[in-house]
Amino acid sequence: MAQGWVQIAVFLIVLTALVPFVGGYIAKVFRGERVFLSPVVGPVERLAYRVMRVRPEEGQDWKAYARSIVVFSLVSWLALYLILRTQSIQPLNPEGFGSGPWNLSFNTASSFVTNTNWQYYGGETTLSYFVQMVGLTVQNFVSAAVGIAVLAAVIRGFAARSGAALGNFWSDLVRINLYVLLPISFVAALVLVSQGVIQTLDGSQTFHTIAGDTQTLALGPVASQEAIKELGTNGGGFFNVNSAMPFENPGGLTNMVELLLILIVPASLTYTFGRMVGNRRQGWALYAAMMAMFVVAVAVVYAAEQHGSPAQHHAGVLTSAFDGSTGGNMEGKEQRFGIAESSLWTAVTTVTSCGAVNASLDSLTGIGGLVPLANMGTGEVVFGGVGSGLYYMLLFVLLTVFIAGLMVGRTPEFLGKKIESREVKLVLVGVLVTPLLVLFATALAVASPDGTQSIYNHGPQGFSESLYAYMSQANNNGSAFAGYTGFVQPNAPGNGGSEAFSFATLLGGVVMLLARFLPMIAALAVAGSLAGKRVAPAGTGTFRADSPTFVVLLIGVVVIVAALTFFPAFLLGPVVQGLTDQLF
Amino acid sequence: MNGLRKDLATATIAIVFLTLLLGIAYPLVTTGVAQLVFPNASNGSKVEVDGEVVGSKLIGQDFKGLPRYFQSRPSATEYSADVTFFNNLGPNSRELSDFFAEQLAAYLKRERPYDPGLAAAEVPVDAVTTSASGVDPHISEANARIQGRRVAEVRGLPLDRVLDLVDEHTDGRFLALFGEPGVNVLQLNLALDREDAR
Repeated sequence: MAQGWVQIAVFLIVLTALVPFVGGYIAKVFRGERVFLSPVVGPVERLAYRVMRVRPEEGQDWKAYARSIVVFSLVSWLALYLILRTQSIQPLNPEGFGSGPWNLSFNTASSFVTNTNWQYYGGETTLSYFVQMVGLTVQNFVSAAVGIAVLAAVIRGFAARSGAALGNFWSDLVRINLYVLLPISFVAALVLVSQGVIQTLDGSQTFHTIAGDTQTLALGPVASQEAIKELGTNGGGFFNVNSAMPFENPGGLTNMVELLLILIVPASLTYTFGRMVGNRRQGWALYAAMMAMFVVAVAVVYAAEQHGSPAQHHAGVLTSAFDGSTGGNMEGKEQRFGIAESSLWTAVTTVTSCGAVNASLDSLTGIGGLVPLANMGTGEVVFGGVGSGLYYMLLFVLLTVFIAGLMVGRTPEFLGKKIESREVKLVLVGVLVTPLLVLFATALAVASPDGTQSIYNHGPQGFSESLYAYMSQANNNGSAFAGYTGFVQPNAPGNGGSEAFSFATLLGGVVMLLARFLPMIAALAVAGSLAGKRVAPAGTGTFRADSPTFVVLLIGVVVIVAALTFFPAFLLGPVVQGLTDQLF
Repeated sequence: MNGLRKDLATATIAIVFLTLLLGIAYPLVTTGVAQLVFPNASNGSKVEVDGEVVGSKLIGQDFKGLPRYFQSRPSATEYSADVTFFNNLGPNSRELSDFFAEQLAAYLKRERPYDPGLAAAEVPVDAVTTSASGVDPHISEANARIQGRRVAEVRGLPLDRVLDLVDEHTDGRFLALFGEPGVNVLQLNLALDREDAR
């Protein structure tokens, strides 16, 4: 296992070393300053403002900012829904796939607009290249940009000395796409292609194998989508098996590149925050809190997977490692990734809201499967989604400040601003909406026949699948215990006879939309409320939020809130399986 | 109300503009550059024999139990590269446990005639578990070393020669650090066929 721990440690060191550079760069982009890409990108940016008739310097208060986001997301949703529903008459559809049914399209449109990328469909058997590019790739970019834009606005609110303006959403949207997401994606896509990730518009190719079989290679413009899928913590795979497919992720190098792409923006944004509020220690304190929780998650899932599963032990399969064999639970894992890289990936994609997978999560061990559930159960604040992770974490910071204030009997304050009743109420709304949605949706799904028809595995694993489905959708993650079904797809030309489950697709779609936009609006409202507050100078009695004590307290609050909410649910599913050797 | 109407107009223009840029220009330019600079990789790293495509070096295939070939890992999808899915059976699934037992028995039955001392406890875990993609192109080195005895005997090649070929077609870790080593089964089998033809 030593080799595995070294891989993980080196990865974390590389990530941490990159954080100040990327975080500093994003701060400049947020402030509208000139950066090294300005000579190339500047003209496109100005063109965008001209056609959109936007004046970037025109500030919006939190309500106007939130309204622009909701309207933009609504228009995005309608556009994507329309594209999904009219696939059969569009170009670039070499396999002749039919249009999506209404309920599946509702789920998919909601999923991609909310940066969730939950997929009931299988990419290579359902969607044309046109839909993958024009529909999904676009939403991979812009839904990520919306999350980052909200964070930019929230940071401005925290940092503001006066006034109510949080920035201009349209300008943030354009700048984040043009200066951050697009250039990194373009370079990353080419790096991925150089290693074997495909990028072509040719249709699938069938040939005879050397053993006299036939095999068909599904092809497509994968690399361009793969890059932004990771960078925007989206996670929706071009292929049904996502980043386990060699054409999405062919080796150890691409796996590392993709993991870095997933974490680099959410991790760097902590630095951006510190820089913009004028307290870099504060940024690093948040980074430290996130990193500490992340390291625990990786360690637990790695140890659990290396131990192997009861199904293996009952069958007499050797699960210990020896020279030339990884050992461990290799069911649903790829040899080139082994246990360490699959475990690292599972933790990275569930602490962030990426949701891409390079192994089958349904086949993880009980405790191994508990980790991604628990990661999401924190509300995706451990790095989390791009932008959304940090603005959600800032709500937890205010909650922690409030609780600490109660304990020492002082008025809570953060960055010199008093945290009062209005902010605390909004924080509670933001923090509680998502877990409530998870629990209600799961209860509904396991208590009704319409819900249970989606379940694939017997016993506690069936409950875990249901819980995972709504946990993932509510936290806008998108990974799955993929036995959970919402779309039945016979292998017929053009998807003849395919059928979606209305219950699963509609409930999931509504959950994704509510859980994305309600906390987002709450966070903007908090920022709007803080923007106009006077900054009091720090005194000797000030409880510092950039201290190690605070980091420990923050972790405590995050863990306690998640544990109090989900402990019973976790016990019923993954924990039962982790504690027993019994087969079901 | 005025603000709402203005937002609707701006949003509509924005989504059209961004779609042209991110949904059309970006993937097409990426495709163009990729096809120009990495033509083989961007089209699926296909492998040809006598001018005919026989596979992709990144995609595992079924060698149908033929004794002269190294065999890929079990697949939940019959090695489909156009309809992919996971096995999706949970860690405490009886069905999965029975599947492992079957795979283990089949592996021992196939290899024992060439390696009489082979014990169940020596079979590496990748040989009896389904991969995630269903088309894992690799097997572990331990798995290849066991299968090498059979392939060498059936083909009448010295075992050392076969094991040398296994080493040659092992994809190592990136920077000797990231990922796990794996033996590329298709490339290895093609090399063996070339060896025979000599």
